[in-house]
Amino acid sequence: MTTTASPESPPQVDLGGEARSRRTDKGFTGLVTFAGLTVLIVLGLILVTTSVQAWPAIAHDPIEFLTGTDWVPGDEIFGTLPFLYGTLVTSVIAMVVAVPVSIGIALFITEVAHRRSRKYIVTIVDLLATVPSVVFGLVGSIVLIPWVTPIYQWWAGLMAPIPGLNAIFDETNTGRNYFTAGLILAVMCIPIITSISREVFATVPEIDKQGAYALGATRWEMIKGAILPHSFGGLVGASMLGLGRAMGETIAVALVIGGSLTIGTNLFEPGNTMAAVIAQQFGESSGMHTEALIGIGVVLFAITVLINFLARTVVRRAEIKMKGAHS
Amino acid sequence: MKLNRRTIFGTITAGALAMSMAACGGGSDDDAAGDGELVSGEITGSGASFPDAFYAAAIEAYAEVNPELIVTYNAVGSGTGKSEFGEGLNDFAGSDSLVKDGDGPAEGSFQYIPTVAAPITISYNLPGVDGLQIDQETLANIFQGAITTWNDPAIAATNEGVELPDTAITIAHRSDGSGTTSNFTKFLDEATDAWTLGAGDEITWPEGSIGGEKNTGVATVITQTEGAIGYVDLADATETGLVTASIENADGSFIQPTLEATTAALEGAEVAEDLSYNPLNAAGAETYPIVAPTYILLHTEYEDENVAAGVKEFVNYLLTDGQDIAEDNSFAPLPDALRQQAVDALNETIA
Repeated sequence: MTTTASPESPPQVDLGGEARSRRTDKGFTGLVTFAGLTVLIVLGLILVTTSVQAWPAIAHDPIEFLTGTDWVPGDEIFGTLPFLYGTLVTSVIAMVVAVPVSIGIALFITEVAHRRSRKYIVTIVDLLATVPSVVFGLVGSIVLIPWVTPIYQWWAGLMAPIPGLNAIFDETNTGRNYFTAGLILAVMCIPIITSISREVFATVPEIDKQGAYALGATRWEMIKGAILPHSFGGLVGASMLGLGRAMGETIAVALVIGGSLTIGTNLFEPGNTMAAVIAQQFGESSGMHTEALIGIGVVLFAITVLINFLARTVVRRAEIKMKGAHS
Repeated sequence: MKLNRRTIFGTITAGALAMSMAACGGGSDDDAAGDGELVSGEITGSGASFPDAFYAAAIEAYAEVNPELIVTYNAVGSGTGKSEFGEGLNDFAGSDSLVKDGDGPAEGSFQYIPTVAAPITISYNLPGVDGLQIDQETLANIFQGAITTWNDPAIAATNEGVELPDTAITIAHRSDGSGTTSNFTKFLDEATDAWTLGAGDEITWPEGSIGGEKNTGVATVITQTEGAIGYVDLADATETGLVTASIENADGSFIQPTLEATTAALEGAEVAEDLSYNPLNAAGAETYPIVAPTYILLHTEYEDENVAAGVKEFVNYLLTDGQDIAEDNSFAPLPDALRQQAVDALNETIA
């Protein structure tokens, strides 16, 4: 500050002129665009390279690869349907358990819990997300399985006379099955779904809630009438993220699923999933067997993308329907 | 900064020098290397997880013989080990199975060196029933789901005086691809007429059978499930305290899976010219019939002479002093004749 500006005009500080700021602007735009594109590039490269590597095994017998029920690497028979089935069944179990629980926790945190206890609950739920998946797998394999096996047997006995249910919960001699895998996946999905649901609920305008109360709504009616419709899209999105984790989870499932090749209605039977079978067999595989395992990865990738697109469509349609004139 | 860095570097060099001198002073062990001079540097191997416990112990013990040569072994599985070997990513590979087309290594570019062997136990969980004897055909029928309860006449026939419960049999198998599965199913395939499920790293097991991850996983399944039967390597079976069955051998006697019975099986096995051998169902009254061999694959040509010398020295150690470590880790050492053949092959491959 060597010169003193006259009181009429503000001090003229040279910032490098407009040219420079325009240049930085452009540079910034380029940088950010590149960052955004990286995701696409990486995804594309993954899809291309894995497809190329898996091609010999898929081309070997494409129909068998997707619909075959036998997996005998020694004889070059690669039917992946049992793994696809296992992935879908365990993910569905995980979603059925995790979504209501997570939404419940999120509602409890945002609407019911005392303001001061809120942050502790949030921390505890988030802590669950930091537990490595192999720990979930080991706890499941060593602690949970011996403990739940008699419960499964008792439940199967209870369900035996009920047609329909007795096929889903049939007798079993092991806790290493779809159901246990689904439960463990559910626990792993809960923190993700909860924290996103919580954020979604937080965006519901206070006016909507107060309006519902003003119309004489009880707390539950307010949640049903104001919060849930407003958050539907976000909740589906949260569930989809959870589903993505459930479908792709590898080691925790590999440790508790039982690694058997079955397609059956009995949820208490051991099975296998796509991600788990890759982890289990990749190390000792060679030749076309390796290619087939990579092929499973490609199929899993395709299914995940497909489900995400479906979810998006569902969300868009539902939002138009449920929100109506709402912003 | 520069000065500092130089000082640190100097200290490290001095330290290394001091250590190497110490190593030279202590390392007058003659049979470790042919010419008495110890190799320094780093060599890496990867492959089979089955002999990992032995290799890990041997590497640890070897570090005391020659701390200058740093050996690492990654138990990534035979398949990965072989393909890494083919791509030249490791200096030696461990493998439980022989090299097939498409595994990676080109024919004639490698040499098998057998290191140790171990029995595959047939372990079961049947409270109150010890020392079960199972003949080969019955074993095949149990593992393909043809025999479903423990009091089946076929099991009772070889176990007179043992009271067998009517508990259902649950088959426990490896869920991961494994050389152990390969050797076990190969045994059933070769030795019995009844077996129909084929042989390989993975096979399709009967419905309702339970897979466990690795040997420890199968051992856990067996301990957790009453009526379970499975195949587990001796180290894990011993550690988990599993009850093992006596299996009928080629001579018709029932043998427990011990290290002595394993070495006996190796003595009875025929060794091929490339040093691969098949110890399954070997002849001899005292041999255990289900024995898994394991090999180290060496390149016939190494680009780096120092690496070649390092590999030679370490593998030589495995075949000499290292053999004494095998038994402590539930692996059977090679019989003398085979061991000598392996040492000769090593000297021939890496001059």
